Amino acid sequence: MSPPLFLLTAHAARRRRIFSRIRGIPPQVPMSSTLSASGSRSLSAAQSTPHPRRNRDQRIAILVVLPSIIATAIFVYGFIGWTLRVSLSNWTGLMPDYSFAGLRQYIELARDPRFAIDIRNTAIFTVLFLVSCLAIGLFLAILLDQRVRGENVFRSIFLFPMAVSFIVTGVAWRWLMNSATGTRISGLNLLFHQLGLDPLINNWHLTDPPWGIAFIALPAVWQMSGFTMALYLGGLRAISDDLREAARVDGASEFQTYRYILLPLLRPITLSAVIILGHISLKIFDLIVAISQNNIALDVPAVYMWRTTFDGNNYGQGAAIGILMLLTVALLIVPYLFYSMRSQEEM
Amino acid sequence: MVRKVFLAVAILSGALLLGACAGAQPAADQVEIFSWWTGGGEAAGLEAMLGVFANDFPNVEFINSAVAGGAGTNARAVLASRLQAGDPPDSWQAHAGQEIIGTYVAANQIEPLNSLFDEEGWIDVMPETLIPLISKDGNIYSVPVNIHRANVMWTNPALLAELGVAVPTNWDEFLAACETIEAAGKICLSMGEQWTAMHLMEVVLLGQLGPDGYSALWDGTGDWGSADVTAALETYTQVLQHVNSDASGLTWQDASQLVANGDAAFNIMGDWADGYFSGTTAGGNLGLVPGEGYGWAPPPGTDGTFQFLSDSFTLAKNAPHAQGALDWLKVAGSKAGQEAFNPVKGSICARTDCDKSLFNAYLQTAMADWSTDTVVGSLTHGVTANDTWKNEINTALGLFLTNSDVAAFQAALVSAASTYGN
Repeated sequence: MSPPLFLLTAHAARRRRIFSRIRGIPPQVPMSSTLSASGSRSLSAAQSTPHPRRNRDQRIAILVVLPSIIATAIFVYGFIGWTLRVSLSNWTGLMPDYSFAGLRQYIELARDPRFAIDIRNTAIFTVLFLVSCLAIGLFLAILLDQRVRGENVFRSIFLFPMAVSFIVTGVAWRWLMNSATGTRISGLNLLFHQLGLDPLINNWHLTDPPWGIAFIALPAVWQMSGFTMALYLGGLRAISDDLREAARVDGASEFQTYRYILLPLLRPITLSAVIILGHISLKIFDLIVAISQNNIALDVPAVYMWRTTFDGNNYGQGAAIGILMLLTVALLIVPYLFYSMRSQEEM
Repeated sequence: MVRKVFLAVAILSGALLLGACAGAQPAADQVEIFSWWTGGGEAAGLEAMLGVFANDFPNVEFINSAVAGGAGTNARAVLASRLQAGDPPDSWQAHAGQEIIGTYVAANQIEPLNSLFDEEGWIDVMPETLIPLISKDGNIYSVPVNIHRANVMWTNPALLAELGVAVPTNWDEFLAACETIEAAGKICLSMGEQWTAMHLMEVVLLGQLGPDGYSALWDGTGDWGSADVTAALETYTQVLQHVNSDASGLTWQDASQLVANGDAAFNIMGDWADGYFSGTTAGGNLGLVPGEGYGWAPPPGTDGTFQFLSDSFTLAKNAPHAQGALDWLKVAGSKAGQEAFNPVKGSICARTDCDKSLFNAYLQTAMADWSTDTVVGSLTHGVTANDTWKNEINTALGLFLTNSDVAAFQAALVSAASTYGN
């Protein structure tokens, strides 16, 4: 779940380029230790020495990376290929059965009411989760950007929820979101009752479908807003003070500075955050299991895949769900990878 | 200096590797038993049975490969991967019935045990309606160790006396009783998360269709689309309207506790609830006195029928230590073994000749019923339907709980039976 490092460094590098151009200074290789910096240093060293040295360096570099490449080839792409094969098979028992079934599993999933619920739940959860995390993260980052006293303390506190696993969050929030009323009232409902806020008492995630899943977005937002805040804060800090000075000299208010200058510059950060949070929410599993166990109204594709494969021994259907999840996440990430690779080439 | 450190580290790791390789020596007399009995009464019962095994077969080393967690889900996943890798344990625990037959027999992973049953005389001491439910084509595939009853209705005698409600004997009486109970502000029937809804459904089906109609649904002779089943499902819909509204957030213990507290009048749950009601409070149970703090009765329409589930042990095909496994199975099916295991676990023997005085008040009534009642299998606990079929029924039930559409539910049940039926 930790953000891919390349996203953060690629954006920092891109921003430096843009601001260098704004200031009219030719783009420089940054002094901080990014991947590009160390690469360019060794390349320039290699270019000034004769060929044998460069070939040997390249060969050593390839050898060092080779084990990872082989491992990824087998354990990631090899297994994806095997899952694809299982998803096109009839395997519905304990022992493997690779007899070819064509697209039968996928067609049945398309007609499956439970899978329709999964898609609906994922859509609702993803939208609520993304919008809330981005809004709350941005809001907290702007607050912390005001150079308050004890900023480090606040930053740490907001980041603490991310250190907890989704299972722990799920269990704790299940107690908080207990929907019992009357004599057995507890959790947040009890708090609302004691504060005199009775209209707020509700069934939480046991609300009639389709909105039960919206309440499960609550612990997810609680957990990941701090991370979004950290992304935005880093982005805000990377914006040069010269820009804010210039804006202040031109007579812009704080609000106008944020609205017209700073927030547009944060668009790349928003894009990274959407990608990272989006792929978490498309694959969400442990939070759902911790809160709802086997409640079909709160089902998501990952839980359906687990149940149908390990409880129902229906490996073909489970593999088909897995491939569909892979395609959905790929739809999100692959265009972004092309975009960031192209922008790195522009350097 | 640095080179010397590297050399030392290299030699040390080499030595450790060699040491690890040398460890795997197969012992001659061993048996590896795989289960999910890692806590509570189950682990204690296993220990007690191990005591009997150590007594009878002192030369055979017992390897306990229990896997914790998930009420068996983790253990079954581990077992599946071991079987697929061709590394079976000698014997493993599974729920007797289609969970074994539909999964492991279909995959050709276990041996029939007819000769063992004949040698030990178990056919004579186990109920005759039990044997067909754990066999396929005349071959018996597991040794049942314990028996739990699924069709039990737990009551709060004090609450029923106070409200003047008699224990209902059919579902119409039950629905009428609910009116009285709910008028007094209490919950009529307490229920928990989805599997307890499936548990309730199978009891309602049994009550409405009778043992023959119910069994016919599972052996292929009955019709899931018939009018009888429609009527039963409609009764189920009506019963669900009298269930506590926060059911899907409760565990089965929470639901049973509602009855113990007097917040609910009835709870339909298997007889492991007896262990929860009467067990010691130190162990997280309620410490109630059977008959006073809680009562029990057959659920409406099911008097005279024993809807059972059973933990049982199998014999793996190509078991590495087949003789050890057979020794273990002999203990599992013996009077001494079952008398050691069951009182501790809170279940009754599969044999009908166990000593009644070892068991508590509820279990003694269960033992009496086991010898005389008609035995049918439980759906929720793996007797009547194989895993894939049960999973499909579970999905259909989950959808039904969200939309209460009987027609769609019945159609889904028909389709599940025809696609995945035994």
